[in-house]
Order: sequence, then C-alpha cells, then structure tokens
Amino acid sequence: MPEIKVTPLGAGQDVGRSCILVSIGGKNIMLDCGMHMGYNDDRRFPDFSYITQQGRLTEFLDCVIISHFHLDHCGALPYMSEMVGYDGPIYMTHPTKAICPILLEDFRKITVDRKGETNFFTAQMIKDCMKKVVPLNLHQTVQVDDELEIKAYYAGHVLGAAMVQIKVGSESVVYTGDYNMTPDRHLGAAWIDKCRPDILISESTYATTIRDSKRCRERDFLKKVHETVERGGKVLIPVFALGRAQELCILLETFWERMNMKAPIYFSTGLTEKANHYYKLFITWTNQKIRKTFVQRNMFEFKHIKAFDRSYADNPGPMVVFATPGMLHAGLSLLIFRKWAGNEKNMIIMPGYCVQGTIGHKILNGQKKLELENRQTLEVKLQVEYMSFSAHADAKGIMQLVRMAEPRNMLLVHGEAKKMEFLKDKIEQEFSINCFMPANGETTTVMTNPSVPVDISLNLLKREMALGGPLPDLKKPRTMHGTLIMKDNSLRLVSPEQALEELGLSEHQLRFTCRVQLQDPHSDADTLDRIYTHLKSILKGDTIQHLPDGTVMVESIVIKVSSSPEEPNTKVLLLSWSYQDEDLGSFLSTLLRKGLPSGLASM
Amino acid sequence: MKLYCLSGHPTLPCNVLKFKSTTIMLDCGLDTTSVLQFLPLPLVHSTRLSKLPGWVSKDGMINLEKELKECAGRVFVDSQPEFCLPEKELLDLSTIDVILISNYHCMMALPYITEHTGFTGTVYATEPTLQIGRLLMEELVNFMERVPKAQSATCWKNKEIQRLLPGPLKDAVEVSTWKTCYSIQDVNSALSKVQLVGYSQKVELFGAVQVTPLSSGYSLGSSNWIIQSHYEKVSYVSGSSLLTTHPQPMDQSALKNSDVLILTGLTQMPTANPDGMLGDFCSNLAMTIRAGGNVLVPCYSSGVIYDLLECLYQFIENANLGSTPFYFLSPVANSSLEFSQIFAEWLCHNKQSKVYLPEPPFPHAELIQTNKLKHYPSIHGDFSTDFRQPCVVFTGHPSLRFGDVVHFMELWGKSSLNTIIFTEPDFSYLDALAPYQPLAMKCVYCPIDTRLNFHQVSKLLKEIQPLHVVCPEQYTQPPPAQSHRSDLMLELQPPPMPYRRCSVLGLPFRRRYERIHLLPELAKSLVPSEIKPGISIATVSAVLQSKDNKHTLQPVPKPATIPPSKKRKRVVEEPPEVLAPKPLLSGAVPLEGFLAMLHKHGITEVKVEETAEGHILHLQAEDTLIQLEDDGTHIVCDNNEPLRTTLRDLVLRFLMKL
Repeated sequence: MPEIKVTPLGAGQDVGRSCILVSIGGKNIMLDCGMHMGYNDDRRFPDFSYITQQGRLTEFLDCVIISHFHLDHCGALPYMSEMVGYDGPIYMTHPTKAICPILLEDFRKITVDRKGETNFFTAQMIKDCMKKVVPLNLHQTVQVDDELEIKAYYAGHVLGAAMVQIKVGSESVVYTGDYNMTPDRHLGAAWIDKCRPDILISESTYATTIRDSKRCRERDFLKKVHETVERGGKVLIPVFALGRAQELCILLETFWERMNMKAPIYFSTGLTEKANHYYKLFITWTNQKIRKTFVQRNMFEFKHIKAFDRSYADNPGPMVVFATPGMLHAGLSLLIFRKWAGNEKNMIIMPGYCVQGTIGHKILNGQKKLELENRQTLEVKLQVEYMSFSAHADAKGIMQLVRMAEPRNMLLVHGEAKKMEFLKDKIEQEFSINCFMPANGETTTVMTNPSVPVDISLNLLKREMALGGPLPDLKKPRTMHGTLIMKDNSLRLVSPEQALEELGLSEHQLRFTCRVQLQDPHSDADTLDRIYTHLKSILKGDTIQHLPDGTVMVESIVIKVSSSPEEPNTKVLLLSWSYQDEDLGSFLSTLLRKGLPSGLASM
Repeated sequence: MKLYCLSGHPTLPCNVLKFKSTTIMLDCGLDTTSVLQFLPLPLVHSTRLSKLPGWVSKDGMINLEKELKECAGRVFVDSQPEFCLPEKELLDLSTIDVILISNYHCMMALPYITEHTGFTGTVYATEPTLQIGRLLMEELVNFMERVPKAQSATCWKNKEIQRLLPGPLKDAVEVSTWKTCYSIQDVNSALSKVQLVGYSQKVELFGAVQVTPLSSGYSLGSSNWIIQSHYEKVSYVSGSSLLTTHPQPMDQSALKNSDVLILTGLTQMPTANPDGMLGDFCSNLAMTIRAGGNVLVPCYSSGVIYDLLECLYQFIENANLGSTPFYFLSPVANSSLEFSQIFAEWLCHNKQSKVYLPEPPFPHAELIQTNKLKHYPSIHGDFSTDFRQPCVVFTGHPSLRFGDVVHFMELWGKSSLNTIIFTEPDFSYLDALAPYQPLAMKCVYCPIDTRLNFHQVSKLLKEIQPLHVVCPEQYTQPPPAQSHRSDLMLELQPPPMPYRRCSVLGLPFRRRYERIHLLPELAKSLVPSEIKPGISIATVSAVLQSKDNKHTLQPVPKPATIPPSKKRKRVVEEPPEVLAPKPLLSGAVPLEGFLAMLHKHGITEVKVEETAEGHILHLQAEDTLIQLEDDGTHIVCDNNEPLRTTLRDLVLRFLMKL
C-alpha cells in the first residue's frame, strides 16, 4: 500500500532549525532548511548525515522548499547546498528570494566577522546558493517534474511567507511553515482551500495559547511605552529587521502622530531602510487596506521613526529603540541591552518568541543575573515585558486551519513537546483524525489509500447515468457492469460488448434447453395462458410477454407448450434461455416442474 | 461543443464557449472605434466646435442640425460618445458561468455584461489585469462624466434615416446597440465579481473543466487560457507577444497538443516594426522640441507608455532633452505609475531582478524623482501653474474624442511647430484627426503594436500543433488595403475555421472518454486475466456514484443478510434477485479437453457425432445433449438440474468472461 513518510531533521518537538523531510509517491522533498538560534555548535544546523553519510544530497532530494525568510527556516540553506552539496531546485516566493540572502549575509557577518568562527559559509556561497532558487508565485501550480507538483498559499506571518501543497498523483501533503490566521496592521491572514491533504504538517508555536484580542495587546503595549517615556525612561524593543518590526513601527508611528509625542523613535540602521523598501515593492503581499491606499499614502514611509546611531544609546532622556536581533543573542540589541539593563527606569519589551539558550529566553524566565563571556555578570534591573506580537497562529487559529484544509492526518512541528501533546489531544478529539508529533530523526509513516483513475467510455457512463435516474435509490444501488481493459499503462473501462469488439473477439453463446412434463387437462393454448398468469403473479419485476406465435417470453427466456395427440393432458414445456438469463432460467425450470396451481383461471 | 461569437473585432474579442455543461465567456472587449463618429468633448468651451454647422440633407428633406455637425466635409454626431457593445441577443447572458479575462484591454465591456443582465457567475483575471483594468475603466468614466452633454442624439440611428446619411456614418454597423458609458457604480459592482488567479494556477470549474491562465507576454498580467478536461483541450490565445518588453515572456509550451486553438488579438499593424516605430517616435520628438514646438502623445494610461518612458529615459540625456518637461496627464496617471512598480512577479526577468536589490523595476520612478516626468490628474489645478512650453504631453484618450487630449488639440493644432505622435494602433489616425481639420500641426504615425504578427504566429502554430484553429474571419484573408499580401493572413492545414460577429460554430470534437475513479477496495477485488500478450482484462461490477461531475465506482455492497424466514415454503417461489448481470462469454470449448473434463467428473458414456458446425455430444446415461460449436454451446438437459449446473460450470471453465 502506498505510504507517505515524514521525518523532521529539525523542529521536531522543538522550535528552531526547521527542516522536514517528506517522501511521497517516490519523491523526496526537504521543507525548510533552518538554523537554531540557541546553539553555537554542530546542533546549530540540521543533521544532514541522516540523508546520506557521505557525498552530495542532490540525488536524494527532488526539491527543497523554503517557507519564509526567517533564519530558523532558511539559515542552513547555503551550508546545505554549498558545503554539504545540493544542486537541485530550491523553491521560495519572490519576497523570500529577495530578503533571504540579506539576512543570511547578516547572520554570516555576525558569526564570522564578530565571533571569529571559521568553517562557515562564505558570502560567495550565499550567492551561489541563491542561483539555485526558483521563484514561486501564489497559487501557481509548479511542476517540479512530470509527477511532482507544488503550490504556494498565503501564510501571513511575514512578508512573502507561504504554505505549500506537495502533490504526487492523488496523494498530497501541506506544510504550513509559520502562519497567522488573523490579519494584522500590515499582513493578511493565511488562507487555504479545502484541499484535503493526506497529511497537514503544521507549526504549533502557540499550541496552548489562546491569545486575547489584538486590540488589548496593542493598547497594553502602547500604554507601557508611553508610561516609560513619560517618566524619562528608555524603551528597547529587540526585533528582527523584517516582520514584526514593520508591524510595531506602524503601530508606534500612528500613536506618535495621534498623541503628538516628541520622544525620538529609532530603528537600528542598515537593514531597515532597505527592508522598508522591500515592503513598498512587494505591497501586493501586504493586507487589503495597505494595498488599497498605497497610491495615496505608503504605510512604510515613516515620519517619526529615524535611523539609529550607536552613539545615541548614551544620550540622556527618553527614547524608543528598535534593534536587531530579536532574541538578544548577539548584535546591537544585546549591546544596547547591556547598557540599559542596570536602570530600573528603562524597559525592554520582547515582542516575540525566544528559543532556549538565548538571553532573551533567560530574562523572560525572570533571571536577574546573567553570566556573560569573560565571567562577567550583568544585573537585570530594567523592567522586562513580554508581549506576544509574533504572527503565529494560536490554538484557535491552528484548529481553524484544520477545518479549512480538512486533512486526513495531522503532524505537528515547530513547538514544544508538552504543548504539542495538549494540542494533539484536542485535534484528535475534535476532528477524529490521527495527529503525530515526531521528534527529530523520528519517522512518521502514514498509509494512503489512493483511488485508481480510469478512463470510462462516455457511452457506458451516460447509459449508466440515464438508467440510474436523476435520484439514485440509496437502498438499492444499481450495479454497473463493465470490462476493464489494461493495455500499455492505460486503463479503460468499457461495456462488455465494446470490449469484445475492440479486442477482436467473437461472442460465445451458451444456451440451455430444458423439457418439463406437466399434467394439465386443458388445451395447449389454455395451458400457455395459465402459465402466463402464474408467472405474472410470481415475477413482479420482470417483463413477461405472451406472443401471438404461441410462446411466452420472460425476459429472453422462451417457453413453449406442446402435447402429443395420444396424451393430450400431458404437456411438454420447452424452456430455452441463454447464459445471461441463467439465474431466472434455472428458477423457472424448477418452478414449473412443480406444476401449476389448481385455482388458476385461464384468461 | 459550441462557440458563440459576440464581437467581430479581432483584437477586442468576446466569445462564449460551451464545453461539457459549462458556459465560459472568453474576454469581453469593448469596440470603442464607434466614438470616432462623434464630436470631441472639450474640457473648456470651444467656440470652434460650437460654431460647426448642423447637417441638413441636400434636398432639405431631413434636418438633423441639432444632432449632426459638419466639419471639413465629414459629419459627426453631437452627443455623448457611444460604444459598440458585444452582441447581447445571441444567447442569454444570465446563463454564463464564468468569464475569463486575458488582458486589461479586453475587459472594458465587463459592466455591460455582468450588470443588469442577470449574470451570477464569476470573473477570473490576474491581479495586474484587475487593477489596471479598473484604472482604465475609472478613467473612461471620469472622461465622460466631467463633461456631461445636455442632449443625446437618437434620431440619426433610425434605420431609414441612417441609410441616407453621408459615409462613414451611413456604414456604421449595429448602431441600435450602441450605448453610452457605464457608471462608476457599475464598474465597482462588475469588478467585485472578479476572482484573482495567478499564472499556471489550475482552477476547477464545477468539477467538469479546469481552466489555467498562462503568461502571454503582451501586457502586465496578460494571459492566454487553457480550458481542458481530462481528454479535451482548448487553448484560447488572445493578445500575445514574443517581443521583450516589460511583461513576463509568453508561455508557449503549455499550449501544445490542443484539440482546438482559438486565436485572437494578432497585431493590428502587421507591416509596422515596433522597434523601428520606437526609433521614429524618439527622433520626431527630439526634432520638434529642438525646433521649439510641443509634442502631444495620445495614449492609454497603461501599457506601451511604460516602454515609451523607459525608452525616453535612455534617450533624454543623449538627445540633450534633459531640461524639457514631460507631462503625463490622466485621472489615473499617478496610480498607473505606482501600480506598475509593485507587480514584480508579473514582469520580465530583468525587471524582476531589480526588485531584489531593492530598486523599482521601471526607470520612470527616477524620472519622477528627478522632476523630469510630472504627472497630474488633469489640466486643471496644479498643472496650469506648472505648465511650461515647449514640452511633451502624454495624455488620453487615443481616439481624440474625450479626455485632456482634446484640450491640447485645440491649443496646439494651429501651429506647425507642434507635432502629434500617434503610438496606439487602435484608431485610424486620419479618422481621429477628422473633427480637428484643418490642422497646421505635424502628424506622425508610429503605431506600436507588440502583438504577434503573421510570421510569428505561423511559427508558433507549427511549434504547438493544434488540431484545429478558430480565428476571426479577418485573419483568413489579406488586409483589404493590401490584398496582394498573402503573407498577411493565416494559411494552415486544415484551414482555420473563421468566425464573425454572431457566428455560432460547432467545434470539431468527439468526446469519447471521461475520468472515473475506482475506490481502492474495488480495485483490489478485481481479477485481471491476460487475453493477449500485453493486454489484460477484468470484469468490473460496481456501483456508480456521481457527485459534482466527479464519478467514482464503489464495490457492490453485500446484501443485508435476511433473517431466516419462517415461511420456508415460500422461499422457493421468490424469484432470484439479480445482483450482477452475467458477463459476456468469448472463446471456444475444445472437444478433447471437454471430453477429458467430463471424464474426470464421472461422465464416461459419451457418443460424439460430427456436424457441419462442430460436434454433438450425447451423454447416454443421462439422456442429455451438448452441442459444441465455435461460437456457441447448447446444453439440452431435462429434469436434472444438478447435472445441468455441473455441465454449465464445466463449459464456463473454457471460456473468457467479459
């Protein structure tokens, strides 16, 4: 029986280094190729030796698909394609293709130039890797080869994020990447049609969270920023350059405008201006409202938000700074954090998820003393606030997507095991489908049961549909009879007559004749009449004819009566039928042998 | 399968395809050439136009001086301009299930089709087609509504009167169906019925038909369409281009193996080379500016104008035109320029890769930034204060009957220093200029039509090999003005099927198969037997389920076990319920083998008699006859049902069952 196998190399019961292998219909697909923010060693990248111990991956993979530009989904791509070795196609949407190399280069710089790591991918490798990328458009059906096709759906989450449907024949898998089921200030909500995949592989970052209304969260956020600024404190908001940053910028920009605020808002430079430019060019990927009004006013041209310079961090007075990266694991955000951490007037707002091992994760867990490199420690006195602005679907959203796509099986990745467990139960209960949550390196196998496509002759189909009538009787379904001809990989279903003709075969007639003796003191014609009446009363559903040539026909069965002049009361009935009427013929011969009931009036 | 042709205009088609119980409209082009019969709508009062004499027939019998005005020997209708709509009487528009749009020029009749007709279907178009189509419709409505006409002329349309009018009014066709422009409410309502699609997206219609748009290379988001079932494929080619301009290149390979290819939207300028025209355009423009004159370019607000601006971007510096102001006037100028920059996915590779830098794909962004190109919604407002001459003005409408272009014609027409350069191929430039005669300004005709020419199309057809081609009748003969140019027509084998307005064509199709799915349980239960090398057959008895035009075969459900009846006597008299009809038989029963088989079953006393057709076997002990022939077997057996069934089963062993 055909089966689909799913093996996470990363993101199995974990958040980070998303990388999921899918085998479907003889094709192998890698979904995402991310890095783990919480590690600096080998565990940073997925374990590609699972695919092959040595040599390149090209012959083991039919294609690689990247869902969006976040590094935990594409950070290992140049390593995989250029250092391990993969030359096949890599699919991603246009915005992802545009933004992904910039983030990769940024990541490389931090790792190599600042931390001094060697044995890392180079700038050239990023370029070479991107040459293998084939851009995907939304809803376009891309034929990877003759059998494998993929299709991208809008996922919200970040600019250019996509969910992908992978299809071979009638088997299919949908991978959500990261997605958001509620529209926000700059992106729309994820959407998919009722595509009934065999497996839906979904992220489950917020598997147990049901988030309160967005409006409340935004009001809370603005209130906290406002209060801190009013009392002269500084607000640090660690973000990734693209994604939530734009969302929060739009939020603060409109607030500043409305409240006529004067405190400066900065955005750490470099990526930002470029990033906003991408948003302007890919405006078709944003939400309805922004798309509608972009000609009059482009939401990504900010009036209040200025570029940040390192020296501003020591400026007195209140300010709000957006700085990268979002999990405080390196870079400018960490640098500013170290400067501001000691002052309780200041505040840090973590707007997104932080993976284990990062400083972001530690302070969110209430750690007040941080150990830094060189055995230094840092006291955390500033206020730490967590506000979920990550554009991930919450439990409600995940269930909503399941309802949309109607999968036959569900598989959870990109979440914490304990939370997954909870959601798994909920899904299995509510939808009565299997839900899997494999760990990294663990394979889930799902049996599929594809139907067999066949070409049916239109004559046969039309005849059958006409006989079935407009409203088929559900209690007594009609049985249709046909001949399946299998020739050179083609399967054709035709009527038996057509099959005989097509195959150049002649029909073989099988007939039976049976004589039945009967005592019936009537004339031959009367006996025949009596037989006719008798059969009429028993056979309700069949056509019975009394023909003028002295025969009774039941369907195609011929019944004749004769007697010899010597014994006029002993009638000889001759029954003759073909194999096609065998059941009825056999029944009639047995029935008539028992004689005719006496009370039968001749007509 | 039938094709209803509602428009006779080869580049503004409107056809309806009936295919497998679906009714699909292919484009709804609006023939705007009718507006040439009307007087221009001036933005500011024009004494020249208002003083034109009314028309009275020579014998004075017909006086239409209120409706018709004469200018330079031609007669024009003095009324709100009207358009020639697609035929509405040929079929009931409310029965249309879907409308497929190929490009924004071919959707301008949409509100006439979808509004006030009972239409309840869906319109499919790409996002650029929808957005730019909306701009062009809004512009049209704006042009008409900002200069309303108090009176509307109808008398001239009377058949008896029209017949007596001077040409070309006399020869105008279908005038009774001509309509004034729709309202903005109609536009919004019509466009709300559009569902967006992407290239190569497979869209299922009612489970019966799949439609897919393909890049056609002609304009932003322009598409050809594949309409197919599992067995039949119709390609609809409309407005395609193989030139490398701004749109994504044409997808040709997906058009292969079509049963029928409907071919519309070839170039209207088969003898004009677009590159040469572009060169002429630039040199004439430069010449006029250097001589101190102004240049007027009547154009649509989207499309070729992007290429013209890009060409000028490269040309301006070299030609020393850096200080000349370029103006683009249209109520949708700003939107058109902005929208062109956000459709990277729909652009050619070169432009696409610019977005990755990130830079705007079209260089007109830079022209605007450096103040070389300025755009205004109309001549009123800011433009009147910024306006400097000599300058270059791009503005609509290319028919010269409405829009800001009318104003510039009145303003610049009298000076021979000025030049009007026609680049749009949709209107005859002489007809367009007729109501402005006499004119002193120079006229240059550089029509740029990037659509397929006859040479390209015949090469394309050779490549993709459709079985049959359907096309407008205009393509099956040389253009009337160049009747000796047999290279300017389609010559194909078999010859193309021509259509004209109101044609109904039966398309040469014989559908023979349909897709059906065997449920896995049924497929598993089948027992195939090989009857010839490489050919196997299996008899299938199953229950047919048809839902949403999808068919599946399920195993026959097992009859519910009837609880043992108490009236056992009656059971015998119940006629047998036929669950599955008996299969057909084929093959022959060999004598020797059959005898051996009988022997094995204890029937040894057999007398064999040879006949002309075969043999008769007489089973003496059982008093039974078996007649064996090549194409039939006849068992004559009285009073011994068990024997008869045994014999039946023995015979069946030798036969194939279908």
